[in-house]
Amino acid sequence: MHNKLLNLYAEHEADLARESGDAVASKRRTAIDRFESLGFPTKHWESWKYTSLKSTLATEYTTVPPFASASQHALEFKDLESYFLDELDAYRVVFVNGVYSSWLSSTTHQGLDVCTLGSSWRKSPDWLAENFAALDELDEPLVLLNRALAREGALVHVPKNTAADKPIQIFYFTTADEPLFAQVRNIVVVESGARVEIIERHQALNGKAHWTNAVTEIRVAPNAHLRYTKLQNDVSTATLTDATFVHQAADSTAVVNTFSCGGKLTRNDLRFHLAGSNAEAHLHGLTLIHGDEHVDHRTFVDHAVPHCTSHEVYKGVYDGRSHGVFNGQIMVRPQAQKTLAFQQNDNLLLNDRAQIDTKPQLEIFADDVKCSHGCTVGQLDADALFYLRARGIPETEARALLMLAFTNDALAQVELPALERKLHALIHKKLRVSVA
Amino acid sequence: MADGTSILKGINLEVKPGEVHAIMGPNGSGKSTLSSVVAGREEYEVTGGDVLLDGESLLDCSPEERAHKGIFLSFQYPVEIPGVSVSNFIKTALNSHRAARGEGPLEAALLLKKMREKLELLEMDKSFLSRSLNEGFSGGEKKRNEIFQMAMLEPRLAILDETDSGLDIDALRIVAQGVNALKSPKNAVVVITHYQRLLEYIVPDFVHVLLNGKIVKSGTKDLALELEERGYDWIKKENAGK
Repeated sequence: MHNKLLNLYAEHEADLARESGDAVASKRRTAIDRFESLGFPTKHWESWKYTSLKSTLATEYTTVPPFASASQHALEFKDLESYFLDELDAYRVVFVNGVYSSWLSSTTHQGLDVCTLGSSWRKSPDWLAENFAALDELDEPLVLLNRALAREGALVHVPKNTAADKPIQIFYFTTADEPLFAQVRNIVVVESGARVEIIERHQALNGKAHWTNAVTEIRVAPNAHLRYTKLQNDVSTATLTDATFVHQAADSTAVVNTFSCGGKLTRNDLRFHLAGSNAEAHLHGLTLIHGDEHVDHRTFVDHAVPHCTSHEVYKGVYDGRSHGVFNGQIMVRPQAQKTLAFQQNDNLLLNDRAQIDTKPQLEIFADDVKCSHGCTVGQLDADALFYLRARGIPETEARALLMLAFTNDALAQVELPALERKLHALIHKKLRVSVA
Repeated sequence: MADGTSILKGINLEVKPGEVHAIMGPNGSGKSTLSSVVAGREEYEVTGGDVLLDGESLLDCSPEERAHKGIFLSFQYPVEIPGVSVSNFIKTALNSHRAARGEGPLEAALLLKKMREKLELLEMDKSFLSRSLNEGFSGGEKKRNEIFQMAMLEPRLAILDETDSGLDIDALRIVAQGVNALKSPKNAVVVITHYQRLLEYIVPDFVHVLLNGKIVKSGTKDLALELEERGYDWIKKENAGK
């Protein structure tokens, strides 16, 4: 696999360089060299201690070439309707097998840009040279691989003092008959005083062992507001490795909600860099998995300047032989006085075969700060269960109700009613709650 | 109990339809254990005796089956369940009772009407229905919510475990008023309390004193007054002499 990807790069290096210009080309070159020497991560790496890529790497993949053309699969709008928030008037950027699908999408250049990377290399080379691989500083093979090979994905640019008139939905569908490995990258820039809401979803439409390796770079300028929801509810054969980088300037607010409810392996690297004072970051995560599913959340919040706030709440419910990982690192640099940082990770294990490895990591180098963290691992509360049963509610339903209550605050940062309804329905379904 | 401590050491109590019994006793005498055992809490092991409802043993029944047969426990510490509204909770509970009787769910309009009636009885605002179950409720609101559930579920035997604790005098009056309104010749109430105060509002036919896991004295409501005045020491002494 490693060699195959190196060859794929070698084959397309010249075309990629021609399209993206020297600055990006040299970033790609450095990245592939580093990927070549690192190889894929193994469990001996600290950052991959609890997550093994072994079984994902054992699959024989068709790699999506950087300049892939649309596949022959005729997807109709109605095939995908159930994945869209259909009652929501929204922009849509839809990719099928890593290739942009214009007929399923609804983009714009009026007031704001909602379009694709692929079409922008030619149209706005300077803008892309400035924003591509500008924030993805992480020495991880999958991020490097993505930097070397990705040239397609969603592009959102909200100009100064503009509130996006509609939310934006970004979709990656996979329909290929053979397992597909795709590199996709989203770039989001919210200029000062601007505001936008984005929903991202990856979905395989068959049971093949597809693998999507995604990177998202988000720049939130002074006094700008971003709300980003990742809905991960893929089939139990699919792998998603995702790295999202959020850079916040002064007085900005950024919310990232991550709902990880399905997939063979899901790895989320979520990194916030709080670079301007009074920036406010919210990281909310909910994991609901069963069977042999595996979800690994690795978060990093970098408090680099004074007077910033970060609020992080991750919850998980693990059934079957599922395995969850939470590694939440908060860095408070010496100059970052008056930092407020809160982190909480709560987990419910529904049986003794399910597993969670949780590791909060606070590194505080400033002395005038308020930081707290906590994590819990437990079963359902016996008192609460008895209370519900004593009211005549059967045990299975009582358990479901308590799980529902446990997950309740995961929706605290979801504001769109249509999205909230969708997530409610998803959570009810996952927890098998039959009450209204 | 699971840790091997024996808490109840022989209780013989018969409650007939239409009756109100009060169980009083000092802390640690086994009052709450008794109510938990009757309601089916699985942490307690019953090593002897039986719990009968209409002559039928309840010991092999799950807590939900006991509820369906008509046992209701008003909890001393009702559990907070964020994200589940009072109305959804009561609907789920009520429809579980109906399902156990082979009936379909109660029609929404009828359910709402019934909820409104019972709320009125307990002087509760209808905004109560949309609040998360017990979350952020004051002590009084929690207890009223318990009695509201009792009113909705119409049990054969209601056990009120220290329903008066944490209530001010107005709340106490309203709760008692609710309990009294639900009394009928068919159902029965057992009131567990430390204080005689509640019994001024819910007048018992019988008063029992529980001490070290046993009922050591039974009487009429005058016994409660005597306990209020003299405390439990005289009963302890009387009992030690036996």
